[in-house]
Amino acid sequence: MTARTFGNRVGRIEDPPLLTGKGRFIDDIAWPDLAHAAFVRSPHGHACILGIDARVALALPGVFGVFTAEDFAPRLKIDRLIVGLPSSAYRQEVNRPVLAKDEVVHVGEPVAVVVAVNRYVAEDAAALVNVEYDILPAVADARAALAKNSPNVHRNAPHNLLAEFDIAYGDVTAAFANAPHVFRESLWQHRGGGHSIECRGCVARYDVNEERLTAWCSTQTPHTAMQLLSGMLGLDESQLRVITPDVGGGFGPKLIFYPEEVAVPLAAMLLGRPVKWIEDRREHFVASTQERDQFWDIEIAVDRDARILGVRGQLIHEHGAYTARGVNLPYESAQTVTLPYEVPAYALNVKLALTNKVPVTPVRGAGQPQGCFAMERLLDRVARELSLDRAEVRRRNLIQPEKMPYAKPLRSRGGMAVLLDSGDYPRCQQMVLDAIGWADFRTRQSTARARGRYIGVGLANFVKGTGRGPFEPVTVRIGPSGKIQIYSGATAMGQSTRTMLAQIVADQFGGAMDNIVVTAGDTAGTAMGIGGFNSRQAVMAGSSAHLAAVKLREKTIAIASKLLNAPVDQLDVDAGAVFVRAKPKTAIALGDIARAVAGVPGLALPGGIAPGLEASEAFVCDEMAYANGAGAAEVEVDPDTGAVSVLKFVIAHDCGRAINPMIVDGQIVGGVAHGIGNALFEWMGFDAECQPITATFADYLLIGSSETPDIGVLHLESPSPLNPLGVKGVGECGVMPAAPAIMSAIEDALSPFGVRIARTPILPPEILAAIHAAAGLEKTLAPTL
Amino acid sequence: MSEKRNIAVTINGKRYEESVEVRWTLADFMRQQLGLTGTHLGCEHGVCGACTILLDGRSARSCLMLAVQADGHEIMTVEGIAPSADKLHPLQEAFRDNHGLQCGFCTPGMLTTLIEFLRDNPDPTEQEVRIAISGNLCRCTGYQGIVAAALDAAQRLKVLKEAP
Amino acid sequence: MKPPPFSYHDPRTVSDAVGLLSSLENAKVLAGGQSLMPMLNFRYVLPDHLIDLNKIPELSFLREVDGGIELGSMTRQRDIEFSDLVKARFPIINEAILNVGHRQTRNRGTIGGSLCHLDPSAELVTMAAAHDAVVTVAGPNGTRDIPFAEFPVAFMTPALEPNELLVKVRFQRWAAGHGYGFVEFARRHGDFAIASAAALIEVDAAGKIGRASLTLGGVNVKPVRMYEVERKLIGQAPSEDLFRELCEECRKVDAIDDVHAPASYRQHLAAVMSRRALVAAMGRVGRA
Repeated sequence: MTARTFGNRVGRIEDPPLLTGKGRFIDDIAWPDLAHAAFVRSPHGHACILGIDARVALALPGVFGVFTAEDFAPRLKIDRLIVGLPSSAYRQEVNRPVLAKDEVVHVGEPVAVVVAVNRYVAEDAAALVNVEYDILPAVADARAALAKNSPNVHRNAPHNLLAEFDIAYGDVTAAFANAPHVFRESLWQHRGGGHSIECRGCVARYDVNEERLTAWCSTQTPHTAMQLLSGMLGLDESQLRVITPDVGGGFGPKLIFYPEEVAVPLAAMLLGRPVKWIEDRREHFVASTQERDQFWDIEIAVDRDARILGVRGQLIHEHGAYTARGVNLPYESAQTVTLPYEVPAYALNVKLALTNKVPVTPVRGAGQPQGCFAMERLLDRVARELSLDRAEVRRRNLIQPEKMPYAKPLRSRGGMAVLLDSGDYPRCQQMVLDAIGWADFRTRQSTARARGRYIGVGLANFVKGTGRGPFEPVTVRIGPSGKIQIYSGATAMGQSTRTMLAQIVADQFGGAMDNIVVTAGDTAGTAMGIGGFNSRQAVMAGSSAHLAAVKLREKTIAIASKLLNAPVDQLDVDAGAVFVRAKPKTAIALGDIARAVAGVPGLALPGGIAPGLEASEAFVCDEMAYANGAGAAEVEVDPDTGAVSVLKFVIAHDCGRAINPMIVDGQIVGGVAHGIGNALFEWMGFDAECQPITATFADYLLIGSSETPDIGVLHLESPSPLNPLGVKGVGECGVMPAAPAIMSAIEDALSPFGVRIARTPILPPEILAAIHAAAGLEKTLAPTL
Repeated sequence: MSEKRNIAVTINGKRYEESVEVRWTLADFMRQQLGLTGTHLGCEHGVCGACTILLDGRSARSCLMLAVQADGHEIMTVEGIAPSADKLHPLQEAFRDNHGLQCGFCTPGMLTTLIEFLRDNPDPTEQEVRIAISGNLCRCTGYQGIVAAALDAAQRLKVLKEAP
Repeated sequence: MKPPPFSYHDPRTVSDAVGLLSSLENAKVLAGGQSLMPMLNFRYVLPDHLIDLNKIPELSFLREVDGGIELGSMTRQRDIEFSDLVKARFPIINEAILNVGHRQTRNRGTIGGSLCHLDPSAELVTMAAAHDAVVTVAGPNGTRDIPFAEFPVAFMTPALEPNELLVKVRFQRWAAGHGYGFVEFARRHGDFAIASAAALIEVDAAGKIGRASLTLGGVNVKPVRMYEVERKLIGQAPSEDLFRELCEECRKVDAIDDVHAPASYRQHLAAVMSRRALVAAMGRVGRA
């Protein structure tokens, strides 16, 4: 059967309500008796709680309740959020409470929750809750946290080392001992918050008639939320339902399960009324997880021809005050470093340090961009030191396509072998070099310099693990209505999940998408699910949807064959019916087929067919599908101000097979924009007391339309052998090459000054300082950091 | 002290007479009191633009206005852009066809901003479009689809104007 | 992020507004709302009373007066942006105002609100300083004029008594054919200026500068008129070399230190922006 929607730019089923203001986001949910919550949060980076006095707050008209850890304790079977993904690397456990009891360890940590008639009054009351604190020393820097005399992030913890592990293969000692050239870099890499335009939120309602607590959460992982709530509240699966409404962006922080998502349901149950909490932007800065600092000390050994002999180093990763996800972030950073290249020996020691700030968990890219950045900076260094073209150094080391599948002597977090399944890495590099005009750039550059303009180009390659397993279930079902219903644990946050699933299923049913209804991210729709992150859903849910749809199509035709009395191979499916190909008027509607196997009391099902018209699949794949690509940037630097403009960005990307090219392009462009923001604008700053100092959108800079260049997207398709669709994940890939390509381009633009960049982001004052320092000017400007 | 005022405001052609608390923002009044949840709140401090509506035809951030200030005025929100329940405005069609939205949360503000912009600038350049939406943040699209949609919409509107 | 409770007042005349300001404690005036509303939403300010000026028609006007223009304090920035009179007589104001926030900001924001808020990087504040504007303030005893140099008293603090209201501002025009340049450095389009410079020059028939105004915005808590540089420009033929040399003076201005830039960076930008503004002004001399 030929695909009719797969591979096509079909319109999104998400669009009609979103375009007309009929979306149903978390804050759009309401009932007449809905109450509103506001959290009282720690204003300190680290302190003991001596006492909480809520009497004045409770007396305010319109307040229904004020709850503290003490109030919740009797209702919690488990009083901590135990969410850390398993690892042997942990040296200690620091799990979040629902509400802080006698110690707060980051600004923004929730201490009490107020519930009132509306958010205005709830905020009035929250300001009246009197919390007495005894301030303790706060630890702001991940490196300082690991020093012997550092104060403790948690007063009763033994030290601030959360976890430590090594990733290594080959003989680095020998590689470095005998190397003709060894180059070392110290890198500071910083990424910031997720900052979806919609913040987080939770609505909880206990229905006495259903005897069930329903929680709507603006989350990427509803089934995980359900499991955790079940354990913590002591409710079984029949007493609990988690639903994701429309989600206004996720980008990682919404994949985490949060204290507020326990506090709100508890408040709803204690008060006997539905409760809503919407995170405001100020809260997002201090209460939603984010990425922050990584400190890399890394060196590369190469032979006289610039071929890599080995890479080794140390990484100190800032973890924040609690474990809200695990060690995965720096694990992926460490894993990603060598992926596109032949690296015979590798060793990275990784330490995760606690600090008194909100926990660090993945933001789009999830640690992999940092690994890519480290490697690309090292290769630029090699090129400069050996006076070789940066593209040539890479060409000499990229894994060649004929070597696919290429086994890296690495193990994933779950112990799976890292096998680069497919791809043509050198071709992607060449595609972007051609698109950016690499070959004759020097001419353009000298012409520009003669006119006082400093332009430069940069390049970066990337390989990204996508399609994180083990599975994502999909059920496809046809009911008497004739509609094709898809249910999945996959969760939508703007990446067109529902359209993706509908396209894949539609292909088995004549290509019509208007006959399809998709329910994603509802625990009542599917018993199991894992959720949206790690660019996994097209791979995992898509594959399950495909297999289920193929099975369902077979069954549908088999039943129709009996009902129409026609052989299976003469039948086809189209526009909601099965028909005889040669005589299309001989048909039976899907709804009628469903009715035929719905069962009539006392009557046998036609031709011994099994009951019902549905198929469920949970395609299992433990190995990751490795997407790859390359990015190239052209920038202009104003040497008088240090301002950087990205004039052009091109990215070549291999997603295996594109389900919907329009959606793939949108994901890539969005990812690149995010990466540009990380390179040049986004810095989440804290002072020495761990107070956030960039906590509004005036100080924390998200990239706008005027700062975003046109982004050219080129495609290659190397289908992955790992799943039936041949797809690889797309959502995070755009982020990967942005920062390294831009830094490379800035150095190129400023090569007359000999500027070297060992950080991301870089801001104009630092660039100016680098120019002046390199030019040996008296007036050096102190860098911001 | 929840001081209230009676206000009369026309939103998307419909007149509302309501009693509203004086400190409530226009955004909260529309969303919570009138059930017009199409307008979204992304930052509540005047940067993200998700709350943008048209006040007497001019774009304004509804998180930075008090509901009482809307008394006697006319407002258009995203819910009022489509000409009818089963027909989309050319700008909305252009967004759909150019993948100008992903999660859809910033979209209401983008649409109202562009309705004003295209009305006042029917033949814009790409650069002018980028400046026009520089007060609206999007985290999903990288703006490319939105810019393409705006330029496409300008063409569609021109064709409609020139239609006999 | 919801506003705290307050009592709301919407006077219809200036005298009613002044009356309220005289009788109410802890009152704040609401103009365009683009600065005050974020502060209310963050609860950085907790006024007991809000006096909304948006229903006082007599505060909203833009008219030519002898030698210049007068703007009522509630004149929307948008109306200034699209005013042909301003474009013709005060092209630098038109150039500067395009940097004030975004379309939505300017549709609601007012000149009076900006002048009284006195954000260090506010373009209209810089414009008022550059032109030696005169603001008129109304109190219970009548009106008084304040030269703009005396208006900013301290960081975001105007020379207004609690019972006084800014009612209008007057700008005197520069001679036809004057050179003008407004240059700003901001991180993103529409962002607060990290540093800006406004340059106005008149060049006589002999090609010498006869009059000059050079103002730095965003560098210090108040706009800084570079009087020494202006003095040294008089009688000189404009040239980029001259400007580069004289603008070194701008590095000595006391500068703000914040998350966006250290003081030394602002001082450096002061020299760069002022030079660029003067160069732009030089290029526009004679284009009446």
